[in-house]
Amino acid sequence: MPFGNTHNKFKMNYSAEQEYPDLSQHNNHMAKVLTLEMYSKLRDKETPSGFTLDDVIQTGVDNPGHPFIMTVGCVAGDEETYEVFKDLMDPVIEDRHGGYKPADTHKTDLNAENLQGGDDLDPNYVLSSRVRTGRSIRGFCLPPHCSRGERRAIEQLSIEALDSLEGDLKGKYYALKNMSEEEQQQLIDDHFLFDKPVSPLLLASGMARDWPDARGIWHNDNKTFLVWVNEEDHLRVISMQKGGNMREVFTRFCTGLTKIEDLFKNRGHEFMWNEHLGYVLTCPSNLGTGLRAGVHVKLPNVSKHEKFGEILKRLRLQKRGTGGVDTAAVGGVFDISNADRLGFSEVELVQMVVDGVNLLVNMEKRLEGGEGIDDMMPEQK
Amino acid sequence: MANSFTRMITGRNTAVLMAMGAGTLATTFLLSDNNAAAERRRFYPPSADYPDLRKHNNCMAAALSPTIYAHLRDKATPNNWTLDQCIQTGVDNPGHPFIKTVGMVAGDEESYEVFAELFDPVIKDRHNGYDPRTMKHPTDLEASKITSGMFDERYVLSSRVRTGRSIRGLSLPPACTRSERREVERVVVTALSGLKGDLAGRYYSLGEMTDTEQQQLIDEHFLFDKPVSPLLTAAGMARDWPDARGIWHNNGKNFLIWINEEDHTRIISMEKGGNMKRVFERFCRGLKQVEHLIQERGWEFMWNERLGYILTCPSNLGTGLRAGVHIRLPLLSKDPRFKKILENLRLQKRGTGGVDTAATGDTVDISNLDRLGKSEVELVQLVVDGVNYLIECEKRLERGQDIKIPSPISQFRK
Repeated sequence: MPFGNTHNKFKMNYSAEQEYPDLSQHNNHMAKVLTLEMYSKLRDKETPSGFTLDDVIQTGVDNPGHPFIMTVGCVAGDEETYEVFKDLMDPVIEDRHGGYKPADTHKTDLNAENLQGGDDLDPNYVLSSRVRTGRSIRGFCLPPHCSRGERRAIEQLSIEALDSLEGDLKGKYYALKNMSEEEQQQLIDDHFLFDKPVSPLLLASGMARDWPDARGIWHNDNKTFLVWVNEEDHLRVISMQKGGNMREVFTRFCTGLTKIEDLFKNRGHEFMWNEHLGYVLTCPSNLGTGLRAGVHVKLPNVSKHEKFGEILKRLRLQKRGTGGVDTAAVGGVFDISNADRLGFSEVELVQMVVDGVNLLVNMEKRLEGGEGIDDMMPEQK
Repeated sequence: MANSFTRMITGRNTAVLMAMGAGTLATTFLLSDNNAAAERRRFYPPSADYPDLRKHNNCMAAALSPTIYAHLRDKATPNNWTLDQCIQTGVDNPGHPFIKTVGMVAGDEESYEVFAELFDPVIKDRHNGYDPRTMKHPTDLEASKITSGMFDERYVLSSRVRTGRSIRGLSLPPACTRSERREVERVVVTALSGLKGDLAGRYYSLGEMTDTEQQQLIDEHFLFDKPVSPLLTAAGMARDWPDARGIWHNNGKNFLIWINEEDHTRIISMEKGGNMKRVFERFCRGLKQVEHLIQERGWEFMWNERLGYILTCPSNLGTGLRAGVHIRLPLLSKDPRFKKILENLRLQKRGTGGVDTAATGDTVDISNLDRLGKSEVELVQLVVDGVNYLIECEKRLERGQDIKIPSPISQFRK
């Protein structure tokens, strides 16, 4: 919907060769997979809401990528995108999610009781713990494609649901366009405020249209549970706190999510979910659990070890700077989180983070003491 | 291939007319009402989709009302371009209290008709009262009519005239598919290869140029790059960059064409020094030859007598012409009357990097404010007379003499 060439019938006056994008400089999952044959086959299709192949791939065409970082290069405009454009999405998903096949099923497990330990990551090293995921409301188009009316309806439903939360989850909504200066500064100081995307990856997909209309932040009074409305997904749900009690963070996460889901169901809405893809989100990279569980952790010694990358890989963990994706680490403090999203349950992923971070902290302590860590090298998970 | 394409367009228009019924002049389609997209629209009345423009300061926001939006939301041009797509850039870019941007673009020639209810007041606002419903725009590319077109080169460092042209039958940069954009490139580059004499030149495709070529073009200030302005990117004109974008220039490096940047083509004639008449003469000659060359192959420029030359941004309708100089005015540019003098002469100052840049040193870019309602010759003459006046003022200030603010120039030929 947002950009020019969504008019299928008109475009069909041109041949597939004439329309096929030049992907010769490109390094992203979409470009690896989209051949001329595939383009020809899919280009006259559209989802029921009118999302086309060109809409799906625009961000990947506009952003050739980086030789070292493999971006996804395609987005969904609605739940049906993953069906109608299966031929493209399945191999992208398989490539991005470690060989996940079209017939595989994804397990959802939001029972925090199933997590082992996780309440005692060493706070001398682990500065904060955080779990986030996304949710999409079934029946509405996703951020690249939604109209203003739909986006506002999503906001309204979300506010109604969140306003019903009680106890330690009770909180308040701050609409981006109505915020006072003080509220804005407070949210920035709390590290809660999200701003209009600047990444060309996001802008090219159309998800920043009409900013800041119908975007906002909800958080509980304790500032440990936070929901972003209409940023890159309908909802991004975040549980976080200082220190190393990942278990508590995850428990609140699961409780909160389950309550929110019930509140939506009571109002006749459900989340987009199916047993193959798990929770359906805008970017194929966030399918499955959509979960990123992570810590800010001090690893000045381990991070300089020549095997740091290999260790992370074996633990199925990923490092980022403390500003989030695409930022650099500052002062030896890294953001360490699970690399996977799909094919593992929520509990499994958080367990990997808990176990992995424990190991990394122990390695850090060893290196601090001048000893080696060769005997601590993990097996590939 | 152009002929078959022309036939295809004709065929499409014929089919449209047949579908709408013989004798109907309407080129408007209603968005198809037999799919779920239309269902969604019915579920959301126009009021649910009406943009929040309370913080906005652009021509679109000033003109759009819930009533107009309700009339136009479900319409589309024959290429399926919608109102929401026209106004997206204005919704996404609230503007600046001091600078009133336009806030909407056309996706094709028909946009200006189908969405006239919004475009017309925006055009009137931007072009100082020009009413497309009642007025006609004059086109005049006879450069010989220019008088006193040679400036004092102690002040004028360079002279330049630019405009844009769109190829009829192909969608504009916000809307075009990759094929259409490639077609624009093909049509224009083919035509340009037919230019001879001092206009003969060559084409550099953005995607294929070598590093050396790129550096050369940067050094010559010819190279354009992917737009970063959110005004442009929000309109979708940077899609698929750098596919089918390029730069053509003549061997003399004083006649230059940008392909598929903000418009199908931008045509620029420029040279160092103050010979604006020669710059404009080459401009007109080049434009006419390019037009002739595309007509030979069955193409033409988008033009009508209401709006003149049709371009992507309503601010460039009419002549699409900006004639300007880089000029040193160290004393005058600091004089408090400078702004008013420019205003009355219907001139605009910019920094030497172009629109939205600051002046460096004492050198400013001075050009015509208007685009629509006056012909090319009239506008260039206005710039010539105005710049000569500014130079006179500067000289008087040098001599310690006083200067006068000239009386305001009238805006339209009555």
